[in-house]
Amino acid sequence: MAETIEDRVIAILAEQAVLEPGEVRLDATLGDLGIDSLGLVEAVFAIEEAFDIQVPFNANEPSQSEFDISTVHTIVRAVENLITAQK
Amino acid sequence: MRRVVITGHGAINALGMSAAETRASMREGRSGIGPLEFQDVERLQIAIGGQIRGYRPEDHFGRQELTLYDKFTQFALLAAREAMAQSGLEISEALSEQAGVVLGTAGGGLQTQDENYRSVYEEGKNRVHPFVVPRLMNNAAASHVSMAHNLQGPTYTVATACSSSNHAMGQALNLIRAGQAKVVLTGGSESMLCFGGIKAWEGLRVMSKDGCRPFCATRNGMVQGEGAAVFVFEERDHAVARGAPILAEVAGFAMTSDASDIVMPSQAGAERAMRGALRDARLNPEDIGYINAHGTGTTANDRTECAAVRAVFGPHADRVMISSTKSMHGHLIGGTGAVELLACLMALDEGVVAPTINYRERDPECDLDVVPNTARQARMRAVMSNAFAFGGLNAVLVLTAPG
Repeated sequence: MAETIEDRVIAILAEQAVLEPGEVRLDATLGDLGIDSLGLVEAVFAIEEAFDIQVPFNANEPSQSEFDISTVHTIVRAVENLITAQK
Repeated sequence: MRRVVITGHGAINALGMSAAETRASMREGRSGIGPLEFQDVERLQIAIGGQIRGYRPEDHFGRQELTLYDKFTQFALLAAREAMAQSGLEISEALSEQAGVVLGTAGGGLQTQDENYRSVYEEGKNRVHPFVVPRLMNNAAASHVSMAHNLQGPTYTVATACSSSNHAMGQALNLIRAGQAKVVLTGGSESMLCFGGIKAWEGLRVMSKDGCRPFCATRNGMVQGEGAAVFVFEERDHAVARGAPILAEVAGFAMTSDASDIVMPSQAGAERAMRGALRDARLNPEDIGYINAHGTGTTANDRTECAAVRAVFGPHADRVMISSTKSMHGHLIGGTGAVELLACLMALDEGVVAPTINYRERDPECDLDVVPNTARQARMRAVMSNAFAFGGLNAVLVLTAPG
């Protein structure tokens, strides 16, 4: 079965969190996963590389950027939207 | 203890080609930040910076010299030349062995690295210019300043990221206090405005795409600058004996390490550095009239710095003026504390406090008098300059009016 965008985003976040992908719940926040600001910047980079997209994200105003990082679910949706918008 | 004074200063940066031009821009609250111009800039997300306009190396140096001078060395040499001329120092054979150079830089010869990596990796060339190494090495600027002015005493480079210049000037102060030199040319230089230099910073996602707005609620990151400032630090008795112009006394210095995080600043580390510098200068918080802030315009720095100032200065935090001139010249990284010391000298000797420009909206977490947008007249006897680097390395200087 083909790997979905959700699977790949979860794999990236899991790697940052040092967890198994199965342990990353969709309603988890980055705080729940123990991903700090540096970890988030690395995850954004990994997402850009994995999907060949530009993620509008500024570490100075993470909550104000168009890239919603509230939960794993919102990140997956944001990545899906960016892929659609940038293809 | 031997006392140390400043007898000359020179500068080149986006605000001017000299110390006087830089001060004039600071007085006027003029911005030196604009569109970046260099090769491959169109591949960058961040397209603004405090780049020096109209700078032509061949106006200042010969062709043979330029084969050895990266831009960061050129900037240091120009600033040193101006500082030496103002100080009126003549380097006799006897003095030359007691005269040195301590300069800060974070990246050294980055233009040289960028050009030559491009040449071997992108263009596939298999030969580089024979002087790549002496151009790019971090101590090139200090060495060339030493050669240009025959300064044969202690000479080296300090690299502590955004605190490099303040650490360098603190080293210069301590060399003279310890009797290891009578004169030290000190300050810093940086030339990071090139494709690789900005691309690396983009990765960290702390750069602003639209402007540097320190302490403002709308701030969204730092903007880089380039240039240098150099000062003649001199043993006070030596300066007085030769009737030199004395711009200010270097009264105190302290440095600390946060020992906590490689990029996130710590309030405690900043507090300890400011307290240490006051103690070294034998001053109380109430004596300080102006603080030149580190004030990068990032969310984390400005909030943490304001909290640290409030903790150190207590009730006086509501009276002391604090501004970030990075709003005008950008963040010169390893050269920044040196250019910012010009604002400190201006406050002491002209009674003019440089503003924080681009200020639009109050941030409750930066609730201090940040001298928004317009310079202010005020007489004072003592000022402080903060530098808080990535790596958690903090360096704070205190200057006092001569006398």
